[in-house]
Amino acid sequence: MENLLAKYAPVNEPEVKTWFKAGPCSAFPPNAGACVRYQDKQIAVFHFTNIDQWYACQNLCPHRMEMVISRGLIGDEKGEPKVACPMHKRTFSLISGENLNGDCQALAVYPVKIMDGYVYIGF
Amino acid sequence: MRIIVVGNGMVGYKFCEKWTAQAPAGSYHLQVFGEEPRPAYDRVHLSAFFSGKTEEDLYLAPGTWYAEQGIDLHLGELIIQVDTEKRSVITHQGRAYTYDALILATGSAPFVPNIRGVDKQGVFVYRSIEDLEQICVYGKKICAQGKNPQGAVLGGGLLGLEAAKAVMDLGLETHVVEFAPRLMPRQLDDAGANLLKEKIEELGIKVHLQKSTSNIEGSDRIQALAFSDGENLPCDMLVISAGIRPRDELGRQCDLEIAPRGGIVVDETMRTSDPYIFAIGEAASYRGMVYGLVAPGYEMAEVAVASLLGKMQVMSPVVDMSTALKLIGVEVASFGDAFGENGPHRPIVFQDQLKGVYKRLNVSSDGKKLLGGILVGDSSDYNQLIQIYKNGIALPPEPEALIVKLSGAESAFGSVMDLPDAAVICSCESVSKGRICQAVVEEGCETLKAVVKCTKAASGCGGCKPMVDDLIKGTLKGMGKVVKDVICEHFAFSRQELFDLVKLKGYTAFEEVIAGHGQGMGCEVCKPVMASIFASLSAETASAQNSIQDTNDRFLANIQRNGTYSVVPRIPGGEITPAKLIVIGQVAEKYGLYTKITGGQRIDLFGARMEDLPLIWEELIAAGFESGHAYGKALRTVKSCVGSTWCRFGMLDSVSFAIEVEERYKGLRAPHKIKGGVSGCIRECAEARGKDFGIIATEEGWNLYVCGNGGANPKHAVLLAEKIDSETCIRYLDRFLMFYIKTAGPLVRTAPWLEKMEGGINYLIDVVVNDCLGIGADLEADMAKLVANYQCEWTEAINNPAIRARFKHFVNSDEGDDNIEFVDLRGQIMPKLW
Ligand SMILES: Cc1cc2nc3c(=O)[nH]c(=O)nc-3n(C[C@H](O)[C@H](O)[C@H](O)COP(=O)(O)OP(=O)(O)OC[C@H]3O[C@@H](n4cnc5c(N)ncnc54)[C@H](O)[C@@H]3O)c2cc1C
Ligand code: SF4
Ligand code: SF4
Ligand code: FES
Repeated sequence: MENLLAKYAPVNEPEVKTWFKAGPCSAFPPNAGACVRYQDKQIAVFHFTNIDQWYACQNLCPHRMEMVISRGLIGDEKGEPKVACPMHKRTFSLISGENLNGDCQALAVYPVKIMDGYVYIGF
Repeated sequence: MRIIVVGNGMVGYKFCEKWTAQAPAGSYHLQVFGEEPRPAYDRVHLSAFFSGKTEEDLYLAPGTWYAEQGIDLHLGELIIQVDTEKRSVITHQGRAYTYDALILATGSAPFVPNIRGVDKQGVFVYRSIEDLEQICVYGKKICAQGKNPQGAVLGGGLLGLEAAKAVMDLGLETHVVEFAPRLMPRQLDDAGANLLKEKIEELGIKVHLQKSTSNIEGSDRIQALAFSDGENLPCDMLVISAGIRPRDELGRQCDLEIAPRGGIVVDETMRTSDPYIFAIGEAASYRGMVYGLVAPGYEMAEVAVASLLGKMQVMSPVVDMSTALKLIGVEVASFGDAFGENGPHRPIVFQDQLKGVYKRLNVSSDGKKLLGGILVGDSSDYNQLIQIYKNGIALPPEPEALIVKLSGAESAFGSVMDLPDAAVICSCESVSKGRICQAVVEEGCETLKAVVKCTKAASGCGGCKPMVDDLIKGTLKGMGKVVKDVICEHFAFSRQELFDLVKLKGYTAFEEVIAGHGQGMGCEVCKPVMASIFASLSAETASAQNSIQDTNDRFLANIQRNGTYSVVPRIPGGEITPAKLIVIGQVAEKYGLYTKITGGQRIDLFGARMEDLPLIWEELIAAGFESGHAYGKALRTVKSCVGSTWCRFGMLDSVSFAIEVEERYKGLRAPHKIKGGVSGCIRECAEARGKDFGIIATEEGWNLYVCGNGGANPKHAVLLAEKIDSETCIRYLDRFLMFYIKTAGPLVRTAPWLEKMEGGINYLIDVVVNDCLGIGADLEADMAKLVANYQCEWTEAINNPAIRARFKHFVNSDEGDDNIEFVDLRGQIMPKLW
């Protein structure tokens, strides 16, 4: 299980080596999450339509090691975009990956960009 | 209707205020004549003029208010004559005005005893702003001239003492001269008055009792008072405060009935002996008395307005004369029957010479009621005592505790919050506790200032201020709970308020509600709450607004430990045919699912991969199954025993009724899950009383129990109605469930909902069975709509390609989650433990 977590490390936009073309924007549900496969990783991608922002993070819940983050409800805490894990409602910032209501390990977050109607995730 | 008000004092003004607020605009023409050159001001706080308040500060309403209300205000115009034949009044300038109703609010004038020399310079009364201005000018003049100027006040009553303080503050050596053997003779007994005298003298005011003034000496201006006992008091200024005389001269002039002790006689509707003429305030004599206080005057104004509008409202038969001395720096109060003159009573007296406190309570002979009392030196209990007195609150077994503070003991009064809503907190403006709380709760007043502005409480004598303040604080504190009731940072509303909002405004989407009434982007708390509300209002399925659903509702299945889902088809009442059992077995085998019987008499299929869910349901639906809503905060199951069809004890057919009830409420979404049960007799094999609603057959019909649950805090359901037929039972269930759905907080099951309900089960019975709120029919209609609009969410999902497409683990691959692993357990699968 440790090696599962070890697969995910946050990426800052300036350090991106590969922009992975995840799929057309239309494949992603509005104001909710979906899961993208990249090599041996599962990445959760969220689209906040009212602020037209995209966020990506590991799909793995660091609390119970389940691949479920993309199925969580999204929203904000004092303006900070967040996702709630569907298992136990732990919430994580989509900017820092930090657990906002507990002391879980942070989620690895990844940069997202949109080009020509496609979603790219930076690794 | 042409209305003329004579006198623009406190009570005349109050009449205008109440009239314009209540009478239909355009139905009248209101004219007001005031002798004084300025609009009505707060005479009660006249002395504040000395402490720097301007005359504008004291105005009861700004000068522009009258015009805004369409009132013709004639200031500086004295009415000198009333013609009852022509129904007109004549001003001192000879102008005549006709009326349909005449209101005499001419107040009173200071009583000036017939002493030789009262017309000398330096002799004043204490009634109007002019009086105070003159006192001020004269006082300063003599202070500037002489050394050690002497000032005296004639009259040691409430007003006299107030005036004495003012004279002292002007810098004069001050004396109070009283004819009676004690101060405040009408409010205090000897013991209380003696203590007051000591206190007043401590302030530096000299008190001269039992002095009858026979002459005011001096050439053209006052120089001394001569008393009938031969003594003499040097004096440079005199303020006379020897009582009031009602200004009933207009009444006398036009032959209205006048009381023997003065004042225009009025009945309990404020009519004088002429049906077109009313008298209010200090000019009126009601039940043989003139009342020199503002509160009764205000009540009279209200009654006069009501009379003119044809409403049934009469003056209270007993007028409260409670008073507290203000401003002087000595705490004095008396209320009710202060002397115990009005009948048998038992006085309780507390005296502490050292601390200078005297308290006397008069309680009824049986010790149960407070009749009146006197407080000197410490009137901190006045507000509470007066509430006990006025509301007839039963006294504690040892009423002594009310005035004797035992060290360490809690106050014997409890808190203002315990008073009944009808309790009058501000007697000046007759503002009740309920009104004040309403201002805080409903009108958003959160400060004393805002509440004073909105309710007018504490704008009279101000004595009630501490209590109003306590009430505001207490109410706000109570609302602290309400603040916690707010569902999350995105909505400043409780679930019930949101429910009503959505219903009222007809919103259909989360985005509309958060844009209109919330802030931010929502969260895992408010989104499912809104989803539940939409579902409860329009029976919309969880797929309609998919992104605000909890994960279980979003995928119409229960997420399990390893991110797989469980599938629960509905098996109403737990009754299932062998053929359907076989289908479930076949589906489970085909998709490799773990099967288990649930506590709600159905079958749970575990370990379904997300992408298999539509396939599994396709097969189940083809065999006649429907969604069991095990994933929703919704009706789960109605468990039943086998009942009278098979059981030898059975009274009624519990299975058929359980099926009927489950079919009726299937898919019904609520603040939390709902479970039901039906037993065929009191042996209760279905454990129905452990459910949100339990129905138990008796010889004479069904007994309906509500608000039970198993789980972490087991609760037995309690009886809502007994011996009812099926139809009535369904009707009560409709009402009960809908009432719960509308009013419960998020994720509150029926048992804690009932626990928090004021009035508890009796109230719930009142609402559901007796329909005390008159909402029974609405609740039934709302439920009927939900029942009619039910649809199976899984049928919708498999038939709608867009919804079906959501059941995919990856957006960029058709593969499933490769992270899922199972191991074997007793011949079935189980998630691999990490
Ligand atoms: C210094 C002071 C302190 C007080 N403190 C308290 C207190 O603490 N608590 C309490 O309850 N009460 C107190 N009072 C008493 C209270 O002010 C009166 O009860 C109240 O003002 C009575 O109102 P009213 O409208 O009847 O009379 P007023 O306020 O006197 O108004 C009558 C008005 O009518 C005018 N008027 C009279 N005749 C005519 C006419 N023919 N034509 C035109 N105009 C006319 C007068 O000029 C006057 O302006 C106090 C009074 C004073 C003077
Ligand atoms: S509750 Fe009564 S009717 Fe139902 S099974 Fe038990 S004994 Fe029989
Ligand atoms: S009792 Fe606890 S472990 Fe058992 S099903 Fe309920 S929640 Fe799960
Ligand atoms: S009781 Fe006098 S202002 Fe309230």
